[in-house]
Amino acid sequence: MSETVQPILEVENLKQHFKVSRRFTVKAVDGVSFKIYPGQTYGLVGESGSGKSTTGRSIIRLYKPTSGKIIFNGQDISGKMSEKDIKLLRTKMQMIFQDPMACLNPRMKVIDIIGEGLDIHHLYETQEERTQTVYQMLNLVGLSKEHAMRYPHQFSGGQRQRIGIARALIMDPDLIIADEAISALDVSIQAQVVNLMKNIQRDYGSAILFIAHDLSMVKYISDHIGVLHLGHMVESGTTDEIFSNPIHPYTKSLLSAIPEPNPVLEKKRTSLSYDYATSGLDYEAGTEHYVSDTHYVLATDDEFANMMAQQDIIR
Amino acid sequence: MAEKEKILEIKDLRISFKTTNGTVNAIRGVNLELHKGETIAIVGESGSGKSVTTKAVMGIMASNATIDSGEINYVWYDEDTGERNERDLTKMSESEMGKIIRGRKIAMVFQDPMTSLNPTMTIGKQIMEPMIYHYGKSKEEAYEKSLELLELVGITNAKDRMNNYPHQLSGGMRQRVVIAIALSCDPYVLICDEPTTALDVTIQAKILELIKDIQSKKDLSVIYITHDLGVVAKVADFVNVMYAGKIVERGTIEEVFYDPRHPYTWGLLSAMPDLSTNDPELYTIPGAPPNLAYEIKGDAFAPRNQFALNIDKRIDPPLFPVPGSDTHFCASWLMHEKAPHVDMPESLQRRIANMKKEAGIE
Amino acid sequence: MDELKDIEFLPDDFEFIGNNQDIMKDEVMPDIPFWLDVWRRFKKNKGAVIGAVVIIFIIIMAIFMPMLSSYKFDAIDSSQANQGLSATHWFGTDNFGRDLWVRTWTGTRVSLVVAFAAIAIDVVVGVTYGMISGYFGGMVDQVMQRIQEILNSIPTLVVLTLLMTVLEASLTTIIFALMFTEWIGMSRITRAQVLQIKEEEFVLASRTLGASSFFIIFKEILPNIYSQLIVMSMMSIPNAIFYEAYLSFVGLGLTVPNASLGVLINDGFTYFLSYPHMVAIPVIVLGALMLSFNLFGDGLRDALDPTMKEM
Repeated sequence: MSETVQPILEVENLKQHFKVSRRFTVKAVDGVSFKIYPGQTYGLVGESGSGKSTTGRSIIRLYKPTSGKIIFNGQDISGKMSEKDIKLLRTKMQMIFQDPMACLNPRMKVIDIIGEGLDIHHLYETQEERTQTVYQMLNLVGLSKEHAMRYPHQFSGGQRQRIGIARALIMDPDLIIADEAISALDVSIQAQVVNLMKNIQRDYGSAILFIAHDLSMVKYISDHIGVLHLGHMVESGTTDEIFSNPIHPYTKSLLSAIPEPNPVLEKKRTSLSYDYATSGLDYEAGTEHYVSDTHYVLATDDEFANMMAQQDIIR
Repeated sequence: MAEKEKILEIKDLRISFKTTNGTVNAIRGVNLELHKGETIAIVGESGSGKSVTTKAVMGIMASNATIDSGEINYVWYDEDTGERNERDLTKMSESEMGKIIRGRKIAMVFQDPMTSLNPTMTIGKQIMEPMIYHYGKSKEEAYEKSLELLELVGITNAKDRMNNYPHQLSGGMRQRVVIAIALSCDPYVLICDEPTTALDVTIQAKILELIKDIQSKKDLSVIYITHDLGVVAKVADFVNVMYAGKIVERGTIEEVFYDPRHPYTWGLLSAMPDLSTNDPELYTIPGAPPNLAYEIKGDAFAPRNQFALNIDKRIDPPLFPVPGSDTHFCASWLMHEKAPHVDMPESLQRRIANMKKEAGIE
Repeated sequence: MDELKDIEFLPDDFEFIGNNQDIMKDEVMPDIPFWLDVWRRFKKNKGAVIGAVVIIFIIIMAIFMPMLSSYKFDAIDSSQANQGLSATHWFGTDNFGRDLWVRTWTGTRVSLVVAFAAIAIDVVVGVTYGMISGYFGGMVDQVMQRIQEILNSIPTLVVLTLLMTVLEASLTTIIFALMFTEWIGMSRITRAQVLQIKEEEFVLASRTLGASSFFIIFKEILPNIYSQLIVMSMMSIPNAIFYEAYLSFVGLGLTVPNASLGVLINDGFTYFLSYPHMVAIPVIVLGALMLSFNLFGDGLRDALDPTMKEM
């Protein structure tokens, strides 16, 4: 990626805290920064409770960020937005949701679900035009126009997810946030949906923020990866940098835990353990340390020296 | 491999569900064998009938389900007399199942640890209860045994944990407790129904390692139900691939992973990218599994099979033995001697060659 | 492979079908309209069907009987006082000689009107209140909930007695009194439903598309809760009917010569020992009506509740 290209999304020190009671605040996201360039896929991985879904929802402004900056297409969308910014955000940034059962309104026909964005932003002159656009989208995601008059409960999980994708695509988004969009699907259907997303990205040049816990799929689809743990981005870099040279102990344990479909190897392997409480690391005090090119790791100076020393031992 | 005793055998099991939309034939003739100390995996997509099969073994099917035909033969030895018992579980009464089989001889670990634990009871009580109920152990004995079990499943300060409620534990800890409960009555067979799907990868690995460890310590036979081939590779000795209520391929783990024969297995293996996959497109099985509420004529997989033969439309293929092996079977007409020769997709060939190289076998 | 012996192979059996099969041909679930599905499940519940039949029967009687009969509900004829059941007066007469057949059905009519009117207003007020409170949440919700709690803590009878001092005892007053208490339950149910549905992914999806609150409430949330609201109102109708009867019985409702089931019971109660049928008939109608509405509402809930679906 050349230096002159402007990122489509820039997240700077994003914090999202939820006040549970007067005394207790959950710091779901606590200082996360990253950039996504046009046409790129950025994979956000981490375990449940790491804040990866919250990050996605804060970016698309389902929540009001506690602090930090979100710059989308050159516009700051983290605070109070102008009418124009709202329109930009609500059309050019779209989301694909996790649960194919819950992400479609059971009382609406497919044509109205997909056409909802058009309705809200008054993007058509005649009913005929709206219908045609919806048919085009159905076609694009591998469904046919016969499906338009049906209700969601008549479709299988994979088909519903395609409808969800069509709903997002109809706005011709620059950035699609896929929040665990394939984790509820069967393996053979997952591959279909991933292929579909890759094709769409190739043809339309949208950037994708791919939020998932399945690392093998993330590795396959992403150019860049950010590893989240307890609301902090502990390591980030290109897919290659993360997978071939993981620095942070959490990343290492995550990578070692992926089961590979290779029985002889898999039977011999044991996964690495990592526990933040006993690791002696302090995420709060850590800062971004440069490893190579675009590869960064969160650590204090001492911790970083330690990690690098261990890295040398392995070599 | 030395001949081990067969402790569970399912023969031509057929199960159907009555629904408002008609009869759904969920299981359409399943055959399965489990030997002592072995781990078998049943792999399939949702709706393939993998869970229904094991629920039939446990006798905990939904009220609208009926077993149309088939046998589930189970062999066990009496604790006191050492006498060999063999019974057909489909013919046992509900009370017999509850008394003799469920929990005591065959135990089950479910997908979601939160729903399989009672939120209003302490961990200790929940582990002790089945021991007191099934074995008539005294409270003190049960308490001692519970502590042992909690330590076995890797829970530290077991004594304090006994007084905790489920919501005070993390997801991984809860699943460990569920396993401890399943083990509390010294079962011979452990059925794990997607035991790690609700857990994070790092915890998943730990739980799988734990089950393996316990299995070797206690000489358990384990049945895994999962859709994740990575999990299968880690734990299983034998694999049964299920599709639309039938087993379409079975064999040892090496046979199925390094020499898959059924086009569906090819699809499953290639649909899951491993860490070295960089093909521009994943090989996929088109379409979706069939709706079992409709009558299926011929091979249920044929509509999605790019190598479908004309005969697939007429007759359901039997399980053909794969030449050169007495453990590997495949239900596809492609295995018939008259069928044209078909190679697996190139990307999968490359991947398997690569896997073999990494594993050091040729 | 013994099984293979029985199979006769055709010459083209082992040729590829090739790519001409339509693999994307989807097998979606059969398209059953929602209401047909509900009707099917409803039919299975015998009690609910009987309830529905009884309700329809009573409503028809209440509408037509007073019109068809030659007697007027308030026509006094002292020569005919205190008659038993007979061919001329099917349900007998009261001690002013008014025909009880006509009075019973007129009374039922009044009771039903009161109940339906009260529930209709409840639904409008309660649902609006609950929607606003649940959807906007935060401070709005806090304030609205407190107001509701305060209203709820005032005993209804006190409110009613106060109302009576200001207004006359009439149908409107009773409807007003009923409305005062019943809408709170309705708004609670609505609020709980809204709180749950507004976090569903399809509502979030609507928000990410920039939908206005108005759009979300009416297009996304309301269609998904109205079946629960119907059930809820069906279940509160017997309450309203009973409450009206109760008010009239204790003398806070309608007064003679007007008829409602409560008035009739009150009237008949005076002569309970000598003419038991005078109280028995309206009590039976009241009981049948309440029981039927309960059975019907119960069946409707089971039929509408998707979690009860098998598989």
